[in-house]
Amino acid sequence: MIEPAARSADAAQERLVVSMRHVSKLFSNGTLALKDMNLDVRRGEFLSLLGPSGCGKSTALRIIAGLGSASSGNIDWPSSRINARGLPEGDVGFVFQEPTLMPWATVLDNVYLPLRLNGVSRSAARPRIMESLASVGLADFEKSYPRELSGGMKMRVSIARALVTKPRLLLMDEPFAALDEITRQKLNDDVLRLWRETSITVIFVTHSVFESAFLSNRIVVMRARPGQVCADLSIQTAAMRDANYRTSEEYRATTDRVSRALQEAIMLGAQGK
Amino acid sequence: MTDAIHASNVAEAGTDSAVAIAVARTSTVERILRIIVPMTMVLLAIGLWQLHIVINQVPRYIMPAPGDVITALYTDWGTLYPSLLVTLRITFLALGIALVGGVGLAIVLVQSKWIELAIFPFAVILQVTPMIAIAPLLIIYMPDTQSALLTCAFVVAFFPILSNMVAGLKSVDHNLLNLFELYGANRWQTLLYLKLPASLPFFAAGLRIGGGLSLIAAVVAEFAAGSAGKGAGLAFRLLESGYRLNYPRLYAALILLMITGVAIFAATSLIAWLLLHRWHESAMKREN
Repeated sequence: MIEPAARSADAAQERLVVSMRHVSKLFSNGTLALKDMNLDVRRGEFLSLLGPSGCGKSTALRIIAGLGSASSGNIDWPSSRINARGLPEGDVGFVFQEPTLMPWATVLDNVYLPLRLNGVSRSAARPRIMESLASVGLADFEKSYPRELSGGMKMRVSIARALVTKPRLLLMDEPFAALDEITRQKLNDDVLRLWRETSITVIFVTHSVFESAFLSNRIVVMRARPGQVCADLSIQTAAMRDANYRTSEEYRATTDRVSRALQEAIMLGAQGK
Repeated sequence: MTDAIHASNVAEAGTDSAVAIAVARTSTVERILRIIVPMTMVLLAIGLWQLHIVINQVPRYIMPAPGDVITALYTDWGTLYPSLLVTLRITFLALGIALVGGVGLAIVLVQSKWIELAIFPFAVILQVTPMIAIAPLLIIYMPDTQSALLTCAFVVAFFPILSNMVAGLKSVDHNLLNLFELYGANRWQTLLYLKLPASLPFFAAGLRIGGGLSLIAAVVAEFAAGSAGKGAGLAFRLLESGYRLNYPRLYAALILLMITGVAIFAATSLIAWLLLHRWHESAMKREN
């Protein structure tokens, strides 16, 4: 017999994709990038980590991805198979701030990389690569080299590469910060669509109130000195998040709410308390 | 799902619909001029040479006319050709060993900074020691002249390839290294798919420098070490012709060396272009 309370705790546990428990990160130069950070990421969430620069949001993302370890605390993957490096097997995709493509390789070979490193042959990988490229609208560019693509298209290739392993969790580290506003809105629409159409969980690091308010159904606001979570906002809307939503009253109210939370976080960071 | 997204991308393409950037192409006229201009300049230089001989009535034993050199090339071909082969053999053998050794050692060196600290001093010492000073020693230590010459040419060509490759293997984009780590790439995969391709531009630079140097070193070593008889290279023919005041033959040997050098430069440039023209800035035209 299982107690109802225990059962619901189990169910909650099952819905967790990853959780950070008391994670701190002290860099060798003495900077305390993260202090006792706790974060539960639930399945299907589009979670934005929002905060001023230096608040440790990218550091947190990198620790989750296994790039650099925490000084203390741990990362739990409740419902994933863990490999020897303590990471979930093929379950995580990462999109960097820069497209980070191999300039000597074609678009196809760039997207092939994660599968190639897992020992999948090119012919076996090809349908998955093409599907992934099609999902970001670049099916016709498999033979192009990165230098022949615009900034937005390079970013799309980077997203296709992250999606090619069909990860359950997609980590994005300020992916569109360097793009112009129009391209960025376009890519935001595409990421939202991908998120809606698959059951993928997204953790999206950004310093843009508007971007996070548009994309997320949950925004975790962080402060600097030391990096800590200081607000956890749920963003619910019945409206379809599209071009109309961008000009709606509801969106403005949301951005106001997020702005205030960010303002508080910045003040806390400035006071250094 | 994919179709829907694709369709919408086409319909409302944003500013990043600046699709494939057209690769710059050379016009036919420019392509012809590219050959004609340097050819004309070389012919002009030869003309000036001839003019200098005629006007100043320079005797043949001081400086031969272009015609004399061509005649010497023809009549002395039986002597010059075997020597050319000897020099070519040493040059390419040395370059080949330097390529394998330079790339191989570079890969070993970048594995750990301790290996690098331990081995790099020797590479530097070999590089900074004037080869012409150690060539006579090598003649003593090596079993025969040919291997001494080969060693000299190798030592000179080796270092630029090594140091370029070390620089190349170390200058890999850190984000790409992170990406490889993220996907659990092992050392071998990181080397094969990331570090080696990323260092191709550096390899190309090392190859071009090493190619030119291996010929120069093969000649200089023969000057220093000396050789004779069957195994004589072009450098020996240069010296020999000089002693005999047979300047047309000396010039002919010199011209063969120059042609070899130009051919090596052209070949290494072609290899560099083939390796890089699809993706690296150094091998591309500016698009404005």
